[in-house]
Amino acid sequence: MSAIYFIVLLPLLAALFAGLGNRIIGNTVAKTVTTGALFIACALSWSIFLGFWLGDSEAIVAPAFTWIRSGTFDVAWALRVDTLTATMLIVITSVSALVHLYSWSYMAEDPDQPRFFAYLSLFTFAMLMLVTANNLLQMFFGWEGVGLASYLLIGFWFKKPSASAAAIKAFVVNRVGDLGFMMGIFGVYLVFGTISIPDILEAAPSMAGSTIGFLGGRFDTMTVLCLLLFLGAMGKSAQLGLHTWLPDAMEGPTPVSALIHAATMVTAGVFMVCRLSPLFETSEVATSVVTIVGAATCIFAATIGTVQNDIKRVIAYSTCSQLGYMFFAAGVGAYGAAMFHLLTHAFFKALLFLCAGSVIHAMHHEQDMRYYGGLRKSIPLTYWAMLLGTLAITGVGIPGTSLGFAGFFSKDAILESAYAAGGHGTGAFFVGALAALLTSFYSWRLIFLTFFGRPRWAESEHIQHALHGDHHDHPADEHDDHAHAHADNHAHDAHGVTDAHFVDTTGSGGYHPHESPLPMLVPLIVLTVGAVFGGLAFHHAFVGAEEGAGFWRGSLFFDAHLMHAAHEVPTWVKWTPFAVMLTGLVLAWLSYIKHTDWPARFTAQWSVLYDFLLNKWYFDELYNHLFVKPAFFLGRIFWKGGDQGTIDRFGPNGLAALVVQGGKVTRRLQTGYLYSYALVMLIGLAAATTWAIAR
Amino acid sequence: MTGFPILSLMLAVPMAGAIACLFSGANTARWIALAATLANLVLGIVLWTQFDQSTSAPQWQFTEYAPIFGRFAWALGIDGIALMLIVLTVFLMPICIGASWEAIEKRVGEYMAAFLFMEVLMIGVFTAQDIFLFYIMFEAGLIPMYLIIGIWGGVDRIYASYKFFLYTLFGSVLMLIAMLWMVHEAGSTSIPVLMNYDFDPHAQTWLFLAFFASFAVKMPMWPVHTWLPDAHVQAPTAGSVILAGVLLKMGGYGFIRFSLPMFPEASAQLAWLVFGLSMVAVVYTSLIALVQSDMKKLIAYSSVAHMAIVMVGLFAFNQQGLEGAMMVMLGHGLVAAALFLCVGIIYDRLHTREIARYGGLAENMPKYALFFLLFTMASVGLPGTSNFVGELLALMGVYQVSSLVAIVSTTGIILGAAYMLYLYRRVAYGPLDKEDVAAMPDLSAREILLVAPIAAAVLWMGVYPESFIAPMRADVASLVARIDRAKPEGDARLTAGKPVAKAAHGHDGHGAPAGHGAEPAAEHAVPGEAH
Repeated sequence: MSAIYFIVLLPLLAALFAGLGNRIIGNTVAKTVTTGALFIACALSWSIFLGFWLGDSEAIVAPAFTWIRSGTFDVAWALRVDTLTATMLIVITSVSALVHLYSWSYMAEDPDQPRFFAYLSLFTFAMLMLVTANNLLQMFFGWEGVGLASYLLIGFWFKKPSASAAAIKAFVVNRVGDLGFMMGIFGVYLVFGTISIPDILEAAPSMAGSTIGFLGGRFDTMTVLCLLLFLGAMGKSAQLGLHTWLPDAMEGPTPVSALIHAATMVTAGVFMVCRLSPLFETSEVATSVVTIVGAATCIFAATIGTVQNDIKRVIAYSTCSQLGYMFFAAGVGAYGAAMFHLLTHAFFKALLFLCAGSVIHAMHHEQDMRYYGGLRKSIPLTYWAMLLGTLAITGVGIPGTSLGFAGFFSKDAILESAYAAGGHGTGAFFVGALAALLTSFYSWRLIFLTFFGRPRWAESEHIQHALHGDHHDHPADEHDDHAHAHADNHAHDAHGVTDAHFVDTTGSGGYHPHESPLPMLVPLIVLTVGAVFGGLAFHHAFVGAEEGAGFWRGSLFFDAHLMHAAHEVPTWVKWTPFAVMLTGLVLAWLSYIKHTDWPARFTAQWSVLYDFLLNKWYFDELYNHLFVKPAFFLGRIFWKGGDQGTIDRFGPNGLAALVVQGGKVTRRLQTGYLYSYALVMLIGLAAATTWAIAR
Repeated sequence: MTGFPILSLMLAVPMAGAIACLFSGANTARWIALAATLANLVLGIVLWTQFDQSTSAPQWQFTEYAPIFGRFAWALGIDGIALMLIVLTVFLMPICIGASWEAIEKRVGEYMAAFLFMEVLMIGVFTAQDIFLFYIMFEAGLIPMYLIIGIWGGVDRIYASYKFFLYTLFGSVLMLIAMLWMVHEAGSTSIPVLMNYDFDPHAQTWLFLAFFASFAVKMPMWPVHTWLPDAHVQAPTAGSVILAGVLLKMGGYGFIRFSLPMFPEASAQLAWLVFGLSMVAVVYTSLIALVQSDMKKLIAYSSVAHMAIVMVGLFAFNQQGLEGAMMVMLGHGLVAAALFLCVGIIYDRLHTREIARYGGLAENMPKYALFFLLFTMASVGLPGTSNFVGELLALMGVYQVSSLVAIVSTTGIILGAAYMLYLYRRVAYGPLDKEDVAAMPDLSAREILLVAPIAAAVLWMGVYPESFIAPMRADVASLVARIDRAKPEGDARLTAGKPVAKAAHGHDGHGAPAGHGAEPAAEHAVPGEAH
């Protein structure tokens, strides 16, 4: 099965070609090559996946060559393919191919397109290396590679200070997690003498109950290893505490948000926990931590999502929250359910992001939902796609039947497994149910604010620019111009109605949003199919008590008993997700359609709570005071007070002062005799040596 | 190789070039220097390909021996460790000459002569098999550096070269005294003989400290590092390149050639000192690097942090640690050299090292931005680049000794990312709003020729480091065997597992894996067992 070599290497070659060729080969060639490579990789990936899903493919490891050998430490480049990898392959290559296509139009006006497509393909390569890793180090290679690509793409519009700041933040916060990952790798090597994934998974059960010295204390070996590795997963998957980079990452172009910060890279942590599931199963403490962190993130991010005004940030917090679901599913032992939600989430979340991109495109780069409204008639296809995506994320479906959207199957599987698992799982079930209510609320809030009600476009600065074509007076928007130059697209609208907004009563300001072009709509349609039918198609294989083990074939820890129990939960448990989904919908409808004054009254009544949520629980402020400022402060102290004030003062400078007092020799030093000094020293020492030897 | 004196030839070629340069006009001197360094590069590649890496190969190869007088001899020879450092030296030298092509306008002949003379001495350090020959090369290597900083340096060049001089003088006197004592004691000046001589453990402590005084300054280790930022700031670009690329490696080479094999007990006993200073160095200098406004100072401070990783790797007493330390030295030699070149390239255009004066270069200098990005990422240890391999192995090595040292040293990857990306952001990102910056042209063909080979080497070392580790493997293994008796016990002290029924899922027919490098619950105290 050499197809895997092509799948992994085609994106790399395309990235190198487009990136190095850049202006020489031009936009069209770069776009065609990268997108073509991705569609080929996507087709090959599906053929591999179908072999595992419907056929009886066996796991393989395609070798490449030695990477690092040192003593007994021996790591090779190799590509592993099993059910778990195959699942990730289709997620990555499908979404990536569609995002490449989408970007043809979305980035059409950008002067730097080859670079953009090269980065996208480079990202895909790194992500593929991550999921095909057969040892922890290659996983780390992919892990850091996607981090690099994420850094480059968040900072793609590098002229914008906020974008380059967000890029650094993403990289550095992830490095905190990477510290854990690296220490985990060291620990695994120390304990098992190898970092080959199949070998450590096989040996892990026999190490349960052993203890290890770590930082002066003694702890359970497997707990230490799992928690260190999990720290890495928390960073990459933006879990509570290390989540602060993800919302800021929305500074990147929207296709990037869809591919990297929703569908693929941020799920790497979930993938890692699933890949290493037999390892995590040896430590109860570790799985409890995974459950608690997942559940906490799930509810925490959902609360913030309810009050954000930026359409992309709402979806970003939603992503964060959904990742929490995946983690607590893994924590309670339902790894199949975690992967199932990863798959369905990739489809509907990529869909929601790309729809948001379409809305932003139509609204001349306005991202604030307060200036949207009434868009469903102007951009009907986007509206329908986003509506279906929302039905998928909120988990609409009829319990007890096989009728429902993708999220219905995967989210219900997670909640039921959590309840069935008991222990921390019970708590996670209630937290998850509450988060599902909030999910439904903020998702519908987004739909209602964007597509329903009266247009509120006239107040938007971006729309004003579009209408007046005076987009050059605003430095912050500069990237919009070279990125999209919508003014050109919409110029013909604006000219006819230049003064219309002065007498406008519709709130549209005379602006006419346009539906996006075909390359943007095709991905929306394809992803909509996934968001609608993904759950129905795959739920037997991924979480079926009978079929699951046969599908996963040992590529992750599959607990058939738990899956059985999950199907046997009480009826009220099965209906809970449905009930909270409906409650959220009704609340959102009441607040944003029926009684549009409710949100204002709420914020006035509960201003402290509102500010707390609006400011994201003040995490950024807290970290700024705890880490960023002290780091700079200490740096200055060490430099001025340590190096200059102490070491130099009492060291070389002090010595010089002594010499001056002693005999005014320094003047000679300072007038250039230093070199003769050096020579004298050498000759003197050489003479002494000679004497000592020849004696 | 049938006794062809290739090592002497590698010393003779730049020596002859240096003399010729002294008596040539500016342009002739440039071409002579380039030809000489390129010839040495070819010889270096021949050396690498002819080096016998098989397990049955002798440790010392290409040996030459000619008595001079007394016990003092022209004894040359290399093992794999020296080989890789020589290859690094001859690789960087033509790049240094190229970097000085247009930047140096006064006293060109002497400048080129100084560089070529330095190459002689650096290769001499790595090939010397006689302890006094080593000493002379080691100390004399600084003289051309003083000259380069003092004559062709910046405004404060006198202060910088004076500081450099004071620091190194102090260490070298102590080292010389220790060497005299050792030769007297062991009755030989041969380094291979001394490496296998067992000195009395009490004496070892003093000898170790004497050598430590010299090597720690050269590394440089905290707190004797303050000469480095000043030296870098004042040195011309090529001076910084060779200083960061090769001269800083002489300290590490000293530890690996002298301190560890000759004083294993003392090394183990004083490992806490090395670890302590290195942990401070990583955090302290990284934080200082964060607040620098001068590009060269920033990179200089980052060098101190990287060298601290070398030190913890060296004193891990195991294969990964030592090979990692060597790989960090090689990787840092390439990457720091390249970063100084990158600074030099924009310095030549705008004549300032002030970071705030730049910004937005990614727009008007895209090729430059690409190379600079690659070296920045290599500096922060991104997998796939040279530095990652070394840092991984060195930290993995020290983790087996102490998880605390490993975790503190690993914070360097977070802080390193912070200061390097912050630098990159201020130079390459942001709006291109300064007129003189916007007028800067992208890389010239000459400049591409300087950085592209380093970029290729950085990636090669990151993707297939085996080419670089393999020649050193046997030598590091024999060093590990030599110091094994003093090896400190790790803090992990792993106990055997008690598999529980719940984990029965894994159908293992496998016994408990051997705890690696950590015997269960051994009783003796951690660093060393001095009598």
